Amino acid sequence: MTRDPIRLVRALPEPAFEFTFDGAPVPALPGQSIAAALWASGRLSWRRTRQQGAPRGAFCGMGVCFDCLVVADGRPNVRACLAPARPGGEVATQEGVGHAEQAH
Amino acid sequence: MTGKRTWDVLIVGAGAVGAACAYYATAAGLTVAVVERGHVAGGTTGAGEGNLLVSDKRPGPELDLALLSLRLWQDLAAELPDVLEYEPKGGLVVAPTPDGLRDLHRFAEGQQACGVQWEPVPPERLREAEPHLAEGLAGGVLYPQDAQVQPALAAAWLLRCARRSGADLFLGTEVTGMLRGPDGSVRGVRTDREGDLAAGAVVNAAGTWGGRIAELAGVALPVLPRRGFVLVTEPLPPLVRHKVYAADYVADVSSGAADLQSSAVVESTAAGPVLVGASRERVGFDRSPAPAVLRRLAAQAIALFPMLAGVQVIRSYRGFRPYLPDHLPAIGPDPRAPGLYHACGHEGAGIGLAPATGLTLARLLTGRPTEVDASAFRPERFPADGLPADGLPIDGAPADGLPADGSTPDRPTSLAPEVR
Repeated sequence: MTRDPIRLVRALPEPAFEFTFDGAPVPALPGQSIAAALWASGRLSWRRTRQQGAPRGAFCGMGVCFDCLVVADGRPNVRACLAPARPGGEVATQEGVGHAEQAH
Repeated sequence: MTGKRTWDVLIVGAGAVGAACAYYATAAGLTVAVVERGHVAGGTTGAGEGNLLVSDKRPGPELDLALLSLRLWQDLAAELPDVLEYEPKGGLVVAPTPDGLRDLHRFAEGQQACGVQWEPVPPERLREAEPHLAEGLAGGVLYPQDAQVQPALAAAWLLRCARRSGADLFLGTEVTGMLRGPDGSVRGVRTDREGDLAAGAVVNAAGTWGGRIAELAGVALPVLPRRGFVLVTEPLPPLVRHKVYAADYVADVSSGAADLQSSAVVESTAAGPVLVGASRERVGFDRSPAPAVLRRLAAQAIALFPMLAGVQVIRSYRGFRPYLPDHLPAIGPDPRAPGLYHACGHEGAGIGLAPATGLTLARLLTGRPTEVDASAFRPERFPADGLPADGLPIDGAPADGLPADGSTPDRPTSLAPEVR
């Protein structure tokens, strides 16, 4: 039997919902962070660094390292490890600094 | 191996100033050791913005030192290309009111005689220089000589160069006492981890902690900490081109009772985040967060650049400027403790002044003439009663209409970015 953390703590979560990541549906549980849901869906990396193009995902997982940035509902530089997943939310890969429209 | 290890010069402190002293001392052919209690750039160097400014300095010895230092930074950036994040971006000082602009022009005219370049920017040209500046400003002054480095990188590279020239570096090693020669002169240091390190001269480059090193040699040097915060935004595309700050100074200078003075200094960095300084408070070495200070800095920055209102701050940091009562550093030999030299107390200008300080000290150590007159930086200029020769109070207590922060009245203090 897999060691499912939900069973380990005998959690009784509310019903699952979906948000989208770059248009693809991702299942999530209430209270789950965007990063946790992305991980659970098999995505470990969802951004590339601005200079070297190296892959990045949740590294510290607690809001310190700013590696896991996503665009959430149109807002860039959201830390996926801290932001809760939201039913119907639209999460997208962040390109560069996520403020491309302001560049001049 | 027996016997003490010996160098020509032993430098205490591996911040920007200590690193520059090591760089120029090795270049002058001296053997050098650097002893640092923490790590490279772990004190005030790592807590600043890396400003290399002439714009905020009134005519006088500090401006002369800054002008020399800006030239030396240019040379260093050419010698160490692409690693210092050196950006000769220029400074833009803006005035919200016509009165402020007039003062700003008068200030710049005074600086011009000393070699400072500046050009007036009329209000209709401000947006050409800085497209995202707030509307309604009276005008500004552009200072093309102002520049920027990444201070921790700069310190690390200067030390790396010194080590390539044979310098030794002892990190995590605290100086606990001075070694004395038979005549009582300072002949090295005692440390907690490396034992006794002997040297012909000891350089106190301990920054805000320089008073303690002086004390170990039995002399007083009234270096006091002045706290400053810096806000760091999320990475942004290049929206802020210059080092931009407000010349709206008289208010926070003349309100002498206020513990906190702040004025926004806004600049972008090579990595993308925008840095917002600068506050100053005399609160000892208190490192606790101060949301009220951060809020005020953010509001002042937004007043200059309204688009920052929609930008996230991802962190803040704070540091302690080493300030001496007359706002000038202590550079040179200490006649009260032969063998001891000082290179500390640069307040918020230490990164900018580091190369000129290092070069000056190397010249003094090798008995050669200095490029600038260093007599104003004599470390023994503060009498034991705490009043320096020009009568400024040692702890910034108001006296005869002087601002409580100890700044001289004709110096537009908010022209002086606090964490530079």
